[in-house]
Amino acid sequence: MIVAKRKPFDEIKEMIKPFKKVLNVGCGTCVSVCLAGGEKEVAVLNAEIEMARKLDDNPIEITAYTVERQCDREYLAELDEIIKDKDAIVSMACGVGIQFLAERFPEKPVFPGVDTTGLAVNQEVGWYEERCRSCGKCVLGMTGGICPVTMCAKGLYNGPCGGTNKGKCEISQDQPCAWYMIHERLSQQERLDLIKDFKEPADWTDQTPRTLIQPGYKKPDKEESK
Amino acid sequence: MSTKGNGYKSGSNLEKVLKAGHFAFTGELGPPRGSNAEEVRHKASFLKGNVDSVNITDNQTAMVRMSSWAASLLLIQEGLEPNFQMVCRDRNRLAMQADILGAYAHGIRNMLCLSGDHQQFGDHPQAKGVFDIDSMQLIKMVKKMRDEGKFLGGAELDGIPKMFIGAAANPFADPFEWRVHRLAKKVEAGCDFIQTQCIYNMEKFRKWIQQANDMGLTEKVYILAGVTPMKSVGMAKYMKSKVPGMDVPDEIIERLQGAGKGKVADEGIKIACEQIEEFKEMKGVHGVHLMAIEWEHKVPEIAEKAKVLPRPKIE
Repeated sequence: MIVAKRKPFDEIKEMIKPFKKVLNVGCGTCVSVCLAGGEKEVAVLNAEIEMARKLDDNPIEITAYTVERQCDREYLAELDEIIKDKDAIVSMACGVGIQFLAERFPEKPVFPGVDTTGLAVNQEVGWYEERCRSCGKCVLGMTGGICPVTMCAKGLYNGPCGGTNKGKCEISQDQPCAWYMIHERLSQQERLDLIKDFKEPADWTDQTPRTLIQPGYKKPDKEESK
Repeated sequence: MSTKGNGYKSGSNLEKVLKAGHFAFTGELGPPRGSNAEEVRHKASFLKGNVDSVNITDNQTAMVRMSSWAASLLLIQEGLEPNFQMVCRDRNRLAMQADILGAYAHGIRNMLCLSGDHQQFGDHPQAKGVFDIDSMQLIKMVKKMRDEGKFLGGAELDGIPKMFIGAAANPFADPFEWRVHRLAKKVEAGCDFIQTQCIYNMEKFRKWIQQANDMGLTEKVYILAGVTPMKSVGMAKYMKSKVPGMDVPDEIIERLQGAGKGKVADEGIKIACEQIEEFKEMKGVHGVHLMAIEWEHKVPEIAEKAKVLPRPKIE
């Protein structure tokens, strides 16, 4: 899932300082699961903002609304009415949701309530680890199911580098060396030959905005879309 | 695939020395943290005549320094041969190829292809690390430019950079059994010579070179054993515990501790010279790369004591 972390309170407070009527929009999917921007987190942030603004003698009317998914048009439609009398919007969705919201309401200033930090696994409630950089050219078949682009601090395709340190990465004793793990796993599976071959430089297809159109996709014809 | 006529790939002094079968002796120089060209010339003065080629580090430990190609040019002006180091951390494939072309145009003939320490270690830990390609891919790219006369992207070059291609090897990092395969991969990618990580654990190094001999790798690539004399007990302890990929056995630390007050540095040099003596006799080792870190002024003394002088001159 996509994980995010709430932005520092002061940063959010500063961004919305000039606005009196603000809607804080949560997202009920990924950021809700990772405890960053769901219904509960929206309520907490709103309470903090209300209190702080009162103390600053700059009262605010901040309301909450959490949609199922901010990356889906049909759910954003729920906001069309609520948003009309607002000066600004805070979105606690991931960067995708925030942008889709801003796109739907181009006349309203939209502010991020979270920093999106990646595609991660749920190790435990409250503990998420990044696993994918969505590079667009998956090599997991060659690397024993461990991503060198994400898990190696240098994103090496022909690792490990000379900094690998007793199974740890040179950047930290808390960070396992991805290539050490890849070696361990492939060795266990007797598939080390896979990484003995030279791996050509990556084709970084993630350097321009990507649009995905699946083979089954059909543009709705004009009659239907009306 | 050699430079026409003379059988050399690049015709660098280092290549000539190695090809003639001499035991090579290379040095290292870290460029200054500023534009102080005099500092480069000063350090170079200690290396001149004592080594075959001088590695010029590229933003080593991820600290910004005078660029390696620029300091390499200063070395050429001083009559020394540089070994231009290039890391993958700071440049993408466009900038790398551009620098290789420029470096060659100005007379640089050796290159050492490295991944580079992670930016988090340095003085700009907020920097975006590039790592567009890795060290293995860099080796192959330089080889493609040299032997095929083509850019990585496939287009023809107007003027071919004939570099003698070097790479690093760490014989000590885990998993140990993988180290020799990684060396094989670098050889396959196209490197001509290897400079190893600083060696302190001789037993492990002997095992590694044995494996390389057994796989026939030492007939395909020149191996220069990395030597860094210990200046102090503190340095030895720091390298043991803090420098990733370094293997410093306790015996080394104990020996330095036993040297007595004011004699630790001499003992460090003595250990280094003993190592060099062994490397001269070791099958599969073709030379020594001396990394006298911020100790360039000691190089003449070390070269003398290691009995590697005078350096061969080959036409």
